[in-house]
Amino acid sequence: MSKGLPEARTDAAMSELVPEPRPKPAVPMKPVSINSNLLGYIGIDTIIEQMRKKTMKTGFDFNIMVVGQSGLGKSTLVNTLFKSQVSRKASSWNREEKIPKTVEIKAIGHVIEEGGVKMKLTVIDTPGFGDQINNENCWEPIEKYINEQYEKFLKEEVNIARKKRIPDTRVHCCLYFISPTGHSLRPLDLEFMKHLSKVVNIIPVIAKADTMTLEEKSEFKQRVRKELEVNGIEFYPQKEFDEDLEDKTENDKIRQESMPFAVVGSDKEYQVNGKRVLGRKTPWGIIEVENLNHCEFALLRDFVIRTHLQDLKEVTHNIHYETYRAKRLNDNGGLPPGEGLLGTVLPSVPATPCPTAE
Amino acid sequence: MRIEKTSLKMSKQQPTQFINPETPGYVGFANLPNQVHRKSVKKGFEFTLMVVGESGLGKSTLINSLFLTDLYPERIIPGAAEKIERTVQIEASTVEIEERGVKLRLTVVDTPGYGDAINCRDCFKTIIAYIDEQFERYLHDESGLNRRHIVDNRVHCCFYFISPFGHGLKPLDVAFMKAIHNKVNIVPVIAKADTLTLKERERLKKRILDEIEEHNIKIYHLPDAESDEDEDFKEQTRLLKASIPFSVVGSNQLIEAKGKKVRGRLYPWGVVEVENPEHNDFLKLRTMLIKVDNEDMNKDQILLEKEAELRRMQEMIARMQAQMQLQLQGGDGDGGAHGHHV
Repeated sequence: MSKGLPEARTDAAMSELVPEPRPKPAVPMKPVSINSNLLGYIGIDTIIEQMRKKTMKTGFDFNIMVVGQSGLGKSTLVNTLFKSQVSRKASSWNREEKIPKTVEIKAIGHVIEEGGVKMKLTVIDTPGFGDQINNENCWEPIEKYINEQYEKFLKEEVNIARKKRIPDTRVHCCLYFISPTGHSLRPLDLEFMKHLSKVVNIIPVIAKADTMTLEEKSEFKQRVRKELEVNGIEFYPQKEFDEDLEDKTENDKIRQESMPFAVVGSDKEYQVNGKRVLGRKTPWGIIEVENLNHCEFALLRDFVIRTHLQDLKEVTHNIHYETYRAKRLNDNGGLPPGEGLLGTVLPSVPATPCPTAE
Repeated sequence: MRIEKTSLKMSKQQPTQFINPETPGYVGFANLPNQVHRKSVKKGFEFTLMVVGESGLGKSTLINSLFLTDLYPERIIPGAAEKIERTVQIEASTVEIEERGVKLRLTVVDTPGYGDAINCRDCFKTIIAYIDEQFERYLHDESGLNRRHIVDNRVHCCFYFISPFGHGLKPLDVAFMKAIHNKVNIVPVIAKADTLTLKERERLKKRILDEIEEHNIKIYHLPDAESDEDEDFKEQTRLLKASIPFSVVGSNQLIEAKGKKVRGRLYPWGVVEVENPEHNDFLKLRTMLIKVDNEDMNKDQILLEKEAELRRMQEMIARMQAQMQLQLQGGDGDGGAHGHHV
C-alpha cells in the first residue's frame, strides 16, 4: 500500500484515513469500465471510491477559530459559512452580554451532515480580543490554546497504546477579521498575525465589507496585501507550501488578487428577483451575500470549504504540528514529553519564543 | 409699546431707517434684537469643534461634508507599522466660511492617533491637556487689560465618533467621554451609518444611550424649544432630540440618483444619499450645528433661523462659561483649568 501514495503522509494513518490526493472540485467519478493504457484494466483507480466510502463512514473533524474585535460579524459569518447556527451569537444584545475583561476561548462543537458525509465542526471563538483599552499581549491566550491542542495530540501520539483514531482538536484554520477602516491595518492586526502566522493557518478576511464602495474595497485590499508582505506575514495559503506548479498558479492567483476576502454575512433571507437569497436589507437596497458583485463571501466559502478544506488540515498536521513536535522533542532531548532525563517530568506546554517584532 | 415683528422686515430692507409712522409713541427699541444680531453677524462667529475617534471612521470625510470644504487637501494616511510608534497628535485647522453675510471662523481640532495603539491607556492625556490649555489661555486673556481682540479657541464642542461595528460603547469610549464630559460639550456620533440596517441602527442607538446613562456620561442636550415658538420649530426640535446619537454618512462625491445629482456613496446595490433623512441623520447633525440656508426660503425665514442659530450657539458658549465657573470654584476635582494633567 505504500507505493503510489504521496510520500511522508503515512504518519497520518493512525489519526485519520490516509488522505486522498487533493480532490479537484466538481470532477465526476470515472466510470469503472474505462480502459487504461495498461494491457488490461486493473482497478487501481477504485481506491478513490474506497477512500470516499471510508471517509463517509468515519466522518472528519474540522476546527475553525475566529479572531477579531467584538462586533465585526464573526459569529454571523461562521453561521453563514456553514448554513447553520454553529456559533455563539452575540446579537441577542442583552444587557448582561458584556465584553469580557480578558480574552476567553470558547469552543462549540456541532455535527453537520451533507450528502452522507459527517463533519464534526468545532468553532472556536475568542471574545475579548482587541476590545480593551490595553490590548498588549492579548494574543497570548490564543497562542497558548493552539499550542495546548498540539500538545494534546502529541501526548496521544507518543502513547504506547495509542488510539486508532486520535481526536483532532488542533486549530486547522484561523479566520482573522480586519476592520473595514478603508485606511490600513491596525497595529494590533500586525502584531497578532506576526505572532500567529507561524503557528496556525491564518486566513485574513475584511469584515462588514458592505461599508466600502468597490473602489474603496479594491484600494484597501491592495494596501492590506502590501502591508502584510512588507511585514513578512505569510497567511494561508503560504507560498512555501505550494506543492507543484498547479498549486502555485492557483494559489498565486488567490493570494495576489482575491485575498483578503471582503465578506458580508447574514442569516436572513429576502426575496430578490423572484429568488430567496441571504442578505441585508437597507433603505437603499438589498445586499446579497452570495452575489459576487456585492461581496466575496462565495469566494471565501468555496476556498475554505470546497477546495482547500483538506489542505488546511494537511498543512496543520504536516507543517505546524510537525514544527511544534520537533521543537518539543528537541527541548526534551529527543525524548517524548513527560519524560525528562532520569525520569523527571518536564512542563507540558512550553512558552514559545515570540518572534522579535521590534 | 407693542413689539412689532414687521419692524424687523423693514429694517432689513432699509438698514439706516427705523420708521414706523403708523403707531404714535413708537420709540423703536423693538429693533434692539435686530441690532444685536447684526453686530454679531458683522463680527462673525468663532466656533471650535474637536473631532475624536479611531482611525478610519470617516471623521475627515464627515467634516468636509458638513462644511462643504476640503480641510485636508494633502493628507497622507500612515500604515499600521508607522502607527505603532505614533502618539496622539493635536492638529488644528482653521477655515473662514461666509454665507449671506454671516461669517464663521471655524476651527477643527483633529486628534490623529487616538485609539490606534495597542495600549490606549495614555491616549487621551494629550487631548485633555490641549482642552485645558485653551481654557487657561482664554481665562488669562479675559482677565487681561486689552480685551478687545480676544480669540476664543476654547473647544466648544467635541464630536465623538462611535464605531458602528461594535455592539455599543467600547471601554475606551466610556473612559474618554467620562474624562472630558465636564470640560466640553460631547456630541456622540455613530459613524459610517450605511453599514447598519435600520433595525441595527435603532438597536445600537438605544444601547449607546443606555450605556451613557449607566456610566453617568454627560452629553450635550439640545435645549428644548421655548413655549412661544411655532409648532414646526417645536416638532423639529423634538425630532432632533429623539435621534441622538446621530448616525451619519459623509461624502462630497456627486452621484446620479433618480435623475438628479446628489451627494452620496455608490454601491452595487444602491446609492446612499447623504442628505436623505431616511438614509441617515446627516441633515439633523447639520441643523444642530449650523443650518445652511435653503434657496427656497425667504428673507424673513432666514433671519428667524439665524437668530435661532445664534441662540443655540450662545447657549453652548454660556454652558461652557458656566462649566468654567464651576472649575474655578474647584467643582470637579480634576484640577480644572488651572492645572495641566500629568
